[in-house]
Amino acid sequence: MRRNWILITSFGFVVAILPLMAQPFASTPASQVEPLKSTKHPAPSSEGDRVFQQNCSRCHDAPQSFSPRISGTVIRHMRVRASLSEHDEKALLKFLNP
Amino acid sequence: MLNFAPRRLLLAKRATGIMLAFSMLSIATAQHSMGQNVPLISGGAGFETNTSGGNTTYIPVISPLLAAPLGNHVLVESRAIVLDSFFPRGGGQPGYSSDLFLGLTYLEANITASKHLTFVAGDFLTPFGTYNERLSPIWISNFEDAPLILSIGTMGSGSGVGGQLRGSVFSTQHVSFDYAAYFSAASTNEQFSAERASGGRGSFYFPTARLEVGASYGRLLQGTQQTFSGVHVWWEPENTSLRLRSEYAHGPHSSGYWIEADYRLSRFNNGESFVGRFEPVFRMQQTFRTGPDQSDGLPSAPTEQADFGLDYRLQHEVRLNSSYSREFSPTGNRNIWQTGIVYRFLFPAWRGK
Repeated sequence: MRRNWILITSFGFVVAILPLMAQPFASTPASQVEPLKSTKHPAPSSEGDRVFQQNCSRCHDAPQSFSPRISGTVIRHMRVRASLSEHDEKALLKFLNP
Repeated sequence: MLNFAPRRLLLAKRATGIMLAFSMLSIATAQHSMGQNVPLISGGAGFETNTSGGNTTYIPVISPLLAAPLGNHVLVESRAIVLDSFFPRGGGQPGYSSDLFLGLTYLEANITASKHLTFVAGDFLTPFGTYNERLSPIWISNFEDAPLILSIGTMGSGSGVGGQLRGSVFSTQHVSFDYAAYFSAASTNEQFSAERASGGRGSFYFPTARLEVGASYGRLLQGTQQTFSGVHVWWEPENTSLRLRSEYAHGPHSSGYWIEADYRLSRFNNGESFVGRFEPVFRMQQTFRTGPDQSDGLPSAPTEQADFGLDYRLQHEVRLNSSYSREFSPTGNRNIWQTGIVYRFLFPAWRGK
């Protein structure tokens, strides 16, 4: 049992760290990234984008889109869940409502 | 079978109660909501299957979330879950039995007291470790099953009834620190069950390194008083789409850890392409037992488990999940196969003009 566990976890670990060694094949220019469609880790295009990538994207992908009427509510939710600072909260609101 | 009808009636009453609570919240906040602060309804709906030991369980599930601002400083928020498990009757009997579950995950009022402090009152998720608060929603978690150590430090029900202080102490370009501290009273109410407990969590985040390091503490204050502790490390290496998350938790009779790695193939192709929508996931976890405890929620014997997952993100907020797990335990090894489809929704509580 112990041997199987070590073999399986070693295999999984090697597979998991393979991306660290891989070279990126394509990168997305920051200017073409739509805020709520950004994939992981494109260069942040604004302070709000940075806040989004460093706080919200740590746990989940961005929703593809949502109504601007709820953007304030979304950010107040994120302020609690992600413990955003007041500065980050304002930057994020500006980012979602340019 | 004799209790089937009364049970359904009870669940229907509960469902009506929860929907009424949601509706009242929306109506109560309607007059205060304007501009960008319209109450929202979010959440996930899905269908999952779990095959273990040759038996397959089918689970339709929906988990709605309501967030409703009240003025400029209060946000009322609640999440519920409704799921129905269809599983083989067993014992040589044909057909399936079902088990309906309906419950409030949390119902809390968040009051912004200052730029460093938010006061949370009500029934809240226990702030211990990372999974319970941040990764448990069905539209976020990479695997359908929670980690084996989830119950360490989350005080059984995963939620507390009382008050919580939380916020960001400081946040600079190089480092930020956030905290959460809570006290929960004992509650035996079915929808708001909680243990008398206290605890908290603190986390440092280093944006340049994309590294988060934190520690958690919990103290059960009723019955046999117990202390729980834990640490977590999350890392997202720069210029990759790799996410590494890990957590270790220790209790009086058991301990364990999990390490999860997920990688979005968008790095190798456009994120909207067929290949770029795949996300392989791997999680390894291990539990240790130092003494018998039937109430701590962990396996009764030291257990090791490797989970291999492959998720695929369709358009329109739909995600396909699949995973294979191999569990090693002195009580018997087993395979677990899981598949699922999850739809994530997010929209205003009512239509605008």
